[in-house]
Amino acid sequence: MKQKFVKKSILPGFSLSLGFTVFYLSLFVLIPLSMIFLRTSSLSFKEFLDVIMAERTLAAYRLSFGTAFASACINAVFGLIVAWVLVRYSFPGKRIVDAMVDFPLALPTAVAGIALTELYVPNGLLGKFLQAWGIKGAFTPFGITIALTFIGLPFVVRTLQPVLEDVDPQIEEAAASLGANRWQTVTMVIFPVIIPALLTGVTLAFARAIGEYGSVIFIAGNMPMKTEIAPLLIMTKLEQYDYTGATAIAVGMLLISFILLGAANFFQWLTSRNLGRT
Amino acid sequence: MQVRTEPRIVRYVLITIALVFFGLFLVLPLVCVFQNALSKGWVVYFDALRHPDALAAMKMTMITALIVVPCNLIFGVAAAWAVSKFDFKGKNLLLSFIDLPLSVSPVIAGLIFILLFGAQGVLGPWLIAHNIRIVFAWPGIILATIFVTVPMVARELIPIMKSQGTEEEEAALTLGASGWKTFWMVSIPNIRWGILYGVILCNARAMGEFGAVSVVSGHIRGLTNTMPLHVEILYNEYQSAAAFAVASILAMLAIVTLIAKSIVEANIRQGQK
Repeated sequence: MKQKFVKKSILPGFSLSLGFTVFYLSLFVLIPLSMIFLRTSSLSFKEFLDVIMAERTLAAYRLSFGTAFASACINAVFGLIVAWVLVRYSFPGKRIVDAMVDFPLALPTAVAGIALTELYVPNGLLGKFLQAWGIKGAFTPFGITIALTFIGLPFVVRTLQPVLEDVDPQIEEAAASLGANRWQTVTMVIFPVIIPALLTGVTLAFARAIGEYGSVIFIAGNMPMKTEIAPLLIMTKLEQYDYTGATAIAVGMLLISFILLGAANFFQWLTSRNLGRT
Repeated sequence: MQVRTEPRIVRYVLITIALVFFGLFLVLPLVCVFQNALSKGWVVYFDALRHPDALAAMKMTMITALIVVPCNLIFGVAAAWAVSKFDFKGKNLLLSFIDLPLSVSPVIAGLIFILLFGAQGVLGPWLIAHNIRIVFAWPGIILATIFVTVPMVARELIPIMKSQGTEEEEAALTLGASGWKTFWMVSIPNIRWGILYGVILCNARAMGEFGAVSVVSGHIRGLTNTMPLHVEILYNEYQSAAAFAVASILAMLAIVTLIAKSIVEANIRQGQK
């Protein structure tokens, strides 16, 4: 039997709502975004590679991916601890801490950028401490990593929290009654269930960090080859009216973002399988 | 219960680590904004806010949010209605298209509108011939902000509408209510908290967007500056106290957003029980 495009329903408004949705998305998202690929297709493959493989571009990619990865790792550890503490323990001020986890998403990135810079410059509140240890905070890859850690934290905590809440208490009790000590229960029973969720969160944080601009440019220092992130290089190319160069760099970043997004979806699928809902 | 928790010492250590991390990364930057804003006293603070450029930037930010949020609200409701009340082919593809802007760097979000409407862009020559300015003017700011915030309302509404199913609407329709009446009297009241939640998040993002707007605005003072761009200009001119004064308004907006969000979340949770 031939399958219909839409299942029959007595509810009205299908064509109106779907039509409007597709129209709006095409107008404001899909057509503008397709410009990137239209522009790139006017380049020969060699010209594309020349932009992508230029030393300055490679340095920017390396810096963006390296610092994004470092910040994702930091968030994997501390995001897990924060989520664990918020779900499992009670302590004074817990509700405020819980609400403030979303702060990096609510705070405009430029504000986060100048605030973090001011904290980590050599005579800033935290910069002074780092200086005493001989570490430079602001205007180094370390500073960029700090800004990206700030941005990425909510992604890890918010993906982990519901999954931690959903872990079946019975499996923990079963493990304990079968003689497992607490450490064994946590590492061998709970972690395997939540690790896909942790990976989802970390991948989302990583993807966001690669494209992040506002919170980074103030603390980065923006020295070509040293502390120039990929989004900033796009900006620089645009200011020189090198639209093609800017687009080529953007295509490289977009492709990697989409691959990461696919990975995050895969981990999410694993999570729901582990929790027994398919 | 005993078997489901860790020894007290482990609990305290973990709570301490979480709170120290939380303080260093979330609380200190917030405190830093207000401390720097007031570092030169209240007079400098209010002068920075009353400056004509600052007022123009606030106006631009408000106008942007007033146009962008209603647009994305209508889109969000329409998209959520189509996706959660009907089964059709290609639904998953549509869902990933809705989320697409979240995985695009803000700078790229600005870049695409330059490629479309800029002087070298696809529509550039036609726009110049007709003397219409889109990029480096306010329409560009609005388009870039819409792109960045498209998913905000839809993402909040889709799960809520899905979990509610279609029974109530079907009941209303069987009892003879018209389609629009059902929509306004049954569906909308059921998702009112979700709508509020989405609008709050969308508004916060629309007012605070920096990267995308920075690419398309042209940074013309008093004309195409939004509040985040104004903060950047002041900071780069070493007017730190003034920059943080304007930033403190945006930080307060973020705090209000978080408070509103927790209230709405509590209401949604209660509604589900």
